Amino acid sequence: MKLPIFLDNHSTTPMDPHVLDAMLPYFVEKFGNAASRNHAFGWEAEEAVDQARKQIAKLINADSKEIVFTSGATESDNLAVKGVLEMYKEKGTHIITSSTEHRAVLDTAKSLEAKGLATVTYLPVDKYGMVNPDDVRSAITDKTILISVMLANNEIGTINPVQEIGKIAKAKGILFHCDATQGVGKIPVDVQAMGIDLMSFTAHKMYGPKGVGALYVRKKNPRVRLVAQIDGGGHERGMRSGTLPVPLIVGFGKACELCEQNMAAESARLTAMRNRLQAAIMEGLEESYLNGHPTNRLPGNLNISFAYVEGESLLMGMKDIALSSGSACTSATLEPSYVLRALGVGVELAHSSIRFGLGRFNTDEEIDYTIKKVIEIVTKLREMSPLYEMAKEGVDLKSVQWAAH
Amino acid sequence: MAYSDKVVDHFNNPRNMGSFKKDEEGIGTGMVGAPECGDVMKLQIKVQNDTIVDAKFKTFGCGSAIASSSLATEWLKGKTIEEAQQIKNTDIVQELNLPPVKIHCSVLAEDAIKAALADYQKKVGDKTEAAT
Repeated sequence: MKLPIFLDNHSTTPMDPHVLDAMLPYFVEKFGNAASRNHAFGWEAEEAVDQARKQIAKLINADSKEIVFTSGATESDNLAVKGVLEMYKEKGTHIITSSTEHRAVLDTAKSLEAKGLATVTYLPVDKYGMVNPDDVRSAITDKTILISVMLANNEIGTINPVQEIGKIAKAKGILFHCDATQGVGKIPVDVQAMGIDLMSFTAHKMYGPKGVGALYVRKKNPRVRLVAQIDGGGHERGMRSGTLPVPLIVGFGKACELCEQNMAAESARLTAMRNRLQAAIMEGLEESYLNGHPTNRLPGNLNISFAYVEGESLLMGMKDIALSSGSACTSATLEPSYVLRALGVGVELAHSSIRFGLGRFNTDEEIDYTIKKVIEIVTKLREMSPLYEMAKEGVDLKSVQWAAH
Repeated sequence: MAYSDKVVDHFNNPRNMGSFKKDEEGIGTGMVGAPECGDVMKLQIKVQNDTIVDAKFKTFGCGSAIASSSLATEWLKGKTIEEAQQIKNTDIVQELNLPPVKIHCSVLAEDAIKAALADYQKKVGDKTEAAT
């Protein structure tokens, strides 16, 4: 077993070697511009892009013409929300989204609000982090032009009832954008069945290269139109100008193909591994709390709060395991994870959270090592924690007058 | 963010971690911070003849907070009350090479020292009052 162990597969994933193999010819040998219509170099590149488009579209049950390449999910989110608003602003300027969206959606919405271009409703989530479709329905006004709700949350892995939200949007004739960055390639995604009109996703979260993503833009029932946010040569049906990064796109296509072929087996393997990690940690440590939905979550996701210890110190104590925390100690704001706060998790427990993100290349041996390390470090830090000492003495921590700073 | 070697050392080998027994004499206890801010420090001193003979800490917080309080106990030992008052957060920042985002950890440690000293002096004062 090699250290450090990578258990942060929600932040990014290692590229699959098969993806790299597919990409390599497109750097030096087949370097053409896919937009060059007049020579073999261009045709060769275009053909490769077309094949990738098909591989990508197949994974989400879309038509290959509905795939618009971008630099990644953040750009896709920006293009979807800003592009739709700009195109349909005569119809209305109200957007509905949820409070646990990725900041690529939230900050885009906030920036439109701040400029006075849109009014935004941020829907609450339940204690598992799930959006209630009834809340979506009742938030709709005659000025609503877009609903943007994520498929699966990047911190807690909770999967939203996207299909139901899609139905509501369709019935009301409102466009539905879904940020599916964490879900595509991990769980089945079908834009037809789910009633999705626009969908953001990216290659590097599914064992593809960094620097390429896509926005699915529905072509019929209804035909979705967008105002481009990057002007230029009119690539991607005029929705996103800029020379296509052919090697990245080829890798994206290959990554989608691999995900499609292995999804059932990979999802079962990761779910079993995740469940084992969860059970061992929660049995081994009192007062550890699961964040997110107990079952309806991404296969590789596990988010746990360890009472009385602070997240960043946990990460520091396990520096040979790459993990992520909802603690705010690295930010100057002292505000911990807004996602956990939206679930109603107390600030103290939000500071104490660790996100485990399992992926394709993790092994059982790595999970065994992680279980041992987590139990060891949490126990050590609790010994060091005045809060744990007080709790053991029977002090109600909520009744203490803290000198907040 | 990379931690300085000194922070890592204090984190891995905390000095004087623990608590004094409840009935021990000459103890001053300072508890600062709040769980919702992500750090709470408990710092205790044991004083004999105006000199700090022992110090202990327990900290809930990030590695830099743990290191700041661990260092504080090292510095407190052997100092008089008067000398202990002079410890500044900037000294801790310098010694541990703390980045700007972690300066609040050193501030908290200074607050904890001041709170422990004040608690000890209050206890002594109470006793003197009770005696007269």
